[in-house]
Amino acid sequence: MSDNSAAVLSNNLIYSAILFYALAFLSHAIEVAWSVKTPAKSVKKTKLDFSRTERVGRLATAFMVIGFLLLLPGVIFRGVSANRVPWGNMYEFSITGALAFSGAYLFALKKYKLRWLGLPAALSILLTLGTAVTLLYRPSAPLMPALKSPWLVIHVSAAIISGGVFLLANCIAGAYLFLDRYEQKGVRPVWAEKLPTLEALDNLSYRLVALVFPLWTFSVIAGAIWAEAAWGRYWGWDPKETWAFITWVAYAAYLHARVTVGWRGRKAAWLCLLAGSTFLFNYIYINVWGTGRHTYSGL
Amino acid sequence: MSTELDSRSFLRWCWRQLTSMRIALILLLLLAIAAIPGSLFPQRSQNPVQVRQYFIDNPQVAIWLDRFSMFDVFSSPWFSAIYLLLFISLIGCVLPRSIEHLKAIGAKPPLTPKYLDRMESYTEFKKVDLDIVERYLRKKHFRIRRDENSISAEKGYARESGNLLFHLSLVLILVAVGIGSLLGSRGDAIVNIGDRFINTPTSYDILGFGKYQSEDSLPPFSITIKDFKAKYDPVSNAALDYELTVSTANPVGSTETTRVIKVNQPLTYGSTKIYLQANGYAPIVVVKDKTGKVVFDGPTTFLPQDANLSSIGAIKVPDMQPQIGFVASFLPTADRDPIRGGFSSYPEVLDPRLLLAVWKGDLGLNRGIPQSVYRIDTSKMERIGLKALVLNESYDFGEGSITFTGWTSWVNLQIVNDPGKGFALIGAILAILGLLISLFTRQRRIWVKQGRKTQIAGLAKNGIPGLEDEIKELVKEMSNER
Repeated sequence: MSDNSAAVLSNNLIYSAILFYALAFLSHAIEVAWSVKTPAKSVKKTKLDFSRTERVGRLATAFMVIGFLLLLPGVIFRGVSANRVPWGNMYEFSITGALAFSGAYLFALKKYKLRWLGLPAALSILLTLGTAVTLLYRPSAPLMPALKSPWLVIHVSAAIISGGVFLLANCIAGAYLFLDRYEQKGVRPVWAEKLPTLEALDNLSYRLVALVFPLWTFSVIAGAIWAEAAWGRYWGWDPKETWAFITWVAYAAYLHARVTVGWRGRKAAWLCLLAGSTFLFNYIYINVWGTGRHTYSGL
Repeated sequence: MSTELDSRSFLRWCWRQLTSMRIALILLLLLAIAAIPGSLFPQRSQNPVQVRQYFIDNPQVAIWLDRFSMFDVFSSPWFSAIYLLLFISLIGCVLPRSIEHLKAIGAKPPLTPKYLDRMESYTEFKKVDLDIVERYLRKKHFRIRRDENSISAEKGYARESGNLLFHLSLVLILVAVGIGSLLGSRGDAIVNIGDRFINTPTSYDILGFGKYQSEDSLPPFSITIKDFKAKYDPVSNAALDYELTVSTANPVGSTETTRVIKVNQPLTYGSTKIYLQANGYAPIVVVKDKTGKVVFDGPTTFLPQDANLSSIGAIKVPDMQPQIGFVASFLPTADRDPIRGGFSSYPEVLDPRLLLAVWKGDLGLNRGIPQSVYRIDTSKMERIGLKALVLNESYDFGEGSITFTGWTSWVNLQIVNDPGKGFALIGAILAILGLLISLFTRQRRIWVKQGRKTQIAGLAKNGIPGLEDEIKELVKEMSNER
């Protein structure tokens, strides 16, 4: 197969995957909307009855699986077309990230009963893939010499996984703050009944961060080792390095606040959000508008 | 006497504050915030050219930013103050804890509390022989304090060991960075293909030494550039591969060996590494004066301006009367369009062009002010000609003639000696190890007390889950024993 046809195949697979993720999103939306049961007399007694929409919920999951099965070869053929791992530019980070995220969702679906996350999960995958194919798309191209190193696989995959988990922790911290406001006033909204308790959300976001913090540390160190080989110094305060450092310090502060000082709940959630936003800033701002040595191949 | 006591207690109060977790947390967040301007403003250590440009574009603002070290954030007094305080706080916290931890490792677990039924995960049980419980807990690698009718067991000391290892490794990394900047050196040298570089301070274009590193400490190697190959993608023009072949000897004059240097593959001599950092072209010209005497013959290093390596430079001929300077551009593959004029459309030399502006007058070389070799100060000069030369073409500018006879490539060798980086790597590995141990070890205590019934209770540090299951298993095991 010629390189070019692999790139075209990859594009087609990714477009098809987007279609199925869109179908999954619609089905999840129907699942939530149709499960609302309001007795004629009192709006206040509105309840969610998911047994009514069990089938469409399952259908949504099936669409998610198909989307994943299409995206997986889409990402692989993108790699094949350029003869390397598919994370050389922002388009490729995005499709690989979306693949990892939807894979993680499907993997955890059964064990943690995560279907309540299906609607936002489908939406975020759609948004990621959508921006990737519209704004970030670059023709498949070989790597520049500085990127030709086994560290590309190690450093970038560790960074992508840590980033995905940080963002998941952020979503959960965000959900915590959102629901916390409702519970302060009284009760949760109907649609949030299926979500875990506040305490569980609080613990979950902490555990995700604690789990992935060593991996992030490793990613930064792997980057330093690579920089030593490619750029002649292991640390040079390049904007990307600076923000990786800021993210690291912010999460270190979060872990200390949580474990040693005993922060829980709202304060911890805000700090988690702050740390996560430094990661997002690094990924989006520094890649698109930043200067420095981490800017490659357009984006 | 009392003032002395007061000042001493004040110092002690300061120390306690500094080593408190609250202050450490504030310092951590401050460190993160303090690093931000380093990514927003250009930094002298990375991009001095951009800093100079900033001064030209916003002179008023730049002066004030400079007063607050905004262009040298990471070596600024305030940034240093934050991380030094943080590390003092860290050491002040970690050292006493290490001593305590070492004592705890040698000691037995603390006494069993009096009232177990007030503890977490309390369970009662029919009377069991404590020896059996002790055997079971020992098998599970608990440390045990056995009293007459109670057992106090603890497990997971590695959590604290890992924690301390992590923090001490951070200190090691800081020390390694310090060693690198005090005892290291870093320099750049531009070398043409075919030329030889000998590692002495005068061979460098730029060279910086650490505070405690003397100039004669450079290892005495030589590097002769044999060949340089750059491969480009014919569709996107992007660079695919650079390969530099050199023959090298250490010390100079010993037998030479042939080595290949690539972007991710530096050449190593001890703690010194030689990197291939940049490359470009040096057009070769011959300049003759009116009488036909050759006054200049050789390559001149030009600086690449874009991905297709259109390059600019200055050829200075001070040995003519009047002095002559050529402000020039070199296009490896010349192309034209109505908007941009002449430009290069491919980084390899396929159809080279040398664009010249000829200047006559005073080059200003004798004024004692250091000058860029890539620019000409034309304030005391007059332009006498413009010309685009193809290969082997000559141009007569009245005062003499210039012939574009060829080109050669140059490479920028970056030569770095960082004796600290080995320690930094060890520190980094130990830090990750410590982090993994401390985050994935559960520290917990289990107490068993013999009364009318056997009482069991436990306590997990930081409320980490899993203890309940462990106690359940213990209870199950004991009921099987009977």
